Amino acid sequence: MMRPKFDWAKVALNVLLPVAGVFAALFVGAAMLLALRVNPFTAYAALFNGAVGSKFGLTQSLVKATPLLLVGSGICIAFRANVINIGGEGQIIVGALMGAWVPLTFPAWPGWALIPLTCVMGFLAGGAWGFVPGILKARLRVNEILSTIMMNAIALQLMNLLLQGPMMDPEGIARGTFLAQSAQLPKQAWLARLVPQTLLHSGAIIAVVLAFAAYLLLWKTTIGYGIRAVGLNPDASRYSGIKVSFYQALSLTLAGGFAGLAGAIEVIGVQHRLMEGLTSGYGFTGIVAALLGGLHPLGVIPASVVFGGLLVGADKMQRATQVPSSLVTAILGIIVLFVSGAALWSRRWTAQRLVRQGLAAERLESGGER
Amino acid sequence: MRGFLSWNVLSGILNTMIGLATPFLYAALGETFAQSSGVVNLGVDGIMLLSAFAAFYVALTTLSLALGLLAAALVGLAMGLIMSFVSVTLKAEQGVSGIGLYMFGLGMSSLLFKVLIGTVKTVEGFKPIAIPFLSKIPFVGPILFHNDILTYGAFLLVPASWWVLEKTSLGLKIKAVGQNPAAADSVGIGVGRVRYLSVCIGAVLAGVAGASLSIAQLNLFQDNLTAGQGFIAVALVYFGGWRPVGVLAGALLFSVANSFQLWIQVLGVKIPSSVAVMLPYLLTILALTVTANRARQPAALNKPFERGES
Repeated sequence: MMRPKFDWAKVALNVLLPVAGVFAALFVGAAMLLALRVNPFTAYAALFNGAVGSKFGLTQSLVKATPLLLVGSGICIAFRANVINIGGEGQIIVGALMGAWVPLTFPAWPGWALIPLTCVMGFLAGGAWGFVPGILKARLRVNEILSTIMMNAIALQLMNLLLQGPMMDPEGIARGTFLAQSAQLPKQAWLARLVPQTLLHSGAIIAVVLAFAAYLLLWKTTIGYGIRAVGLNPDASRYSGIKVSFYQALSLTLAGGFAGLAGAIEVIGVQHRLMEGLTSGYGFTGIVAALLGGLHPLGVIPASVVFGGLLVGADKMQRATQVPSSLVTAILGIIVLFVSGAALWSRRWTAQRLVRQGLAAERLESGGER
Repeated sequence: MRGFLSWNVLSGILNTMIGLATPFLYAALGETFAQSSGVVNLGVDGIMLLSAFAAFYVALTTLSLALGLLAAALVGLAMGLIMSFVSVTLKAEQGVSGIGLYMFGLGMSSLLFKVLIGTVKTVEGFKPIAIPFLSKIPFVGPILFHNDILTYGAFLLVPASWWVLEKTSLGLKIKAVGQNPAAADSVGIGVGRVRYLSVCIGAVLAGVAGASLSIAQLNLFQDNLTAGQGFIAVALVYFGGWRPVGVLAGALLFSVANSFQLWIQVLGVKIPSSVAVMLPYLLTILALTVTANRARQPAALNKPFERGES
């Protein structure tokens, strides 16, 4: 069997378009800053400096990249089945609930047992949160975009309920502060620090390993083949005997699991307790990272590092120059608009190239382009 | 608990419901236009946020509510043009471009708010207008005929949208483009133009929805003011089966659940507030599950149109 030739031109295009999108969005952001009479150079310099200018900034960027990579890899799996998972926020939350609940319930367990159990439970909880909209889509054709958004709101309220009730920190109750946060987790459940005096933890390694796992799943297994076939052409898949509804539900469950794991890792790696505002919009930013990574888990690795840096830099920029960090949210939105819009050119270019190579006919027979 | 469902409380719940339904009606009826033409605009929440800010800022600085409303509509139009350009001209994946529009609106409204206003301020919003005679009807009068002008507008928009979609040639074109763009194209209907128009109608109405929050209902602006109401509005379109009457039913159902939850908290009924807040969302999922009339879904929903593709 001949190995297919590595397609350099296509890879170059897949790298070039997102990078161009990021720069174009930063350019629009600069124009907005100018309109607000803010010097864009000082703002962006502070942003860049905050993200990579110090050991702490650099490691912090990786800390923020970790949940983005996990969420983004899951989003890739869902997207490949043509299922849009907007439920990252809710899935992160239920994963984080497990991330706090397991160590607090079994405080005497040793770390080597507690940490894996916590991660697995986080994955399962997030998976369950993805399974519900997944099965609703597969069986009853309920639009997954809407159901995942509702699941986000439900998860958020579930966390509030637990934090204001059974999971509230007993110390906070004793002191009378009643902060909406859980007790601190037992120390052996904390993930190891990779660099001393920073917050970078071993969860980053787990995230990279899982990105590779997602890649292998999608391209080297029958399950992955089914997921991608369903995403490319559900009708053709159905005729050829692939269980479309199964793969749709599965892909959303897996995406939920990845996000749930991100939540659990955020708790045992960074916060060491459950607290409000823990998701920090990772569920949405993870979508952007997945898109920028070309919906390929390995592409999400650099994309999530870039966005982790943007998030960290945004905080620094806000402190140094008083430009609100929400600028970065707006820029992320513009990036998504650019990149999703630019996909047209990428598709046309690919199609033209296929015609030139005389492959068009074969492609059409196998179901056409995505 | 005793006396909880007195006439006064019931009237209060229903009156709150009417107010809460207002932004949903504008946004969801607008989205009905967009979706009937085949475009899912998932960025409604972002449009509402940025328009809510625009309305609030203009009303605050010019002291004119009318100008505020106009500003909201214009911001809606501009964002509608962006959405149409990306989804219709560039044929982007609509769910994704919608998320982009949402994030842009979320970030931009927060950025502008912090730079231009900074602190929590309030405006004198639209005042309730009592309709002569009708508002004097016992029980029904205060609920239905003692509201601000945007609320009246929202409820009048229901028959108006029905009329446009069902009884005019424009409505016919919109639905043709949403059902079978190739056929519509072959009889000379400009698919792209009709979709641009429908998305922009929806976006302008989403802008009014945002204004109804910031200069009629709450009379303030803060980060993420809508708290996801735009997404609920999109859900209501599915729930309502792409019919204005169905959208009205959905908006009232969601709002009455929400209003009920607000009132039981006000009255101090011992239910954790988070459970109460959760209820309308649970209800929406259930409603989507059992009622969505999928046979009515525009056949070309979420599908960009390319000439020469069957």
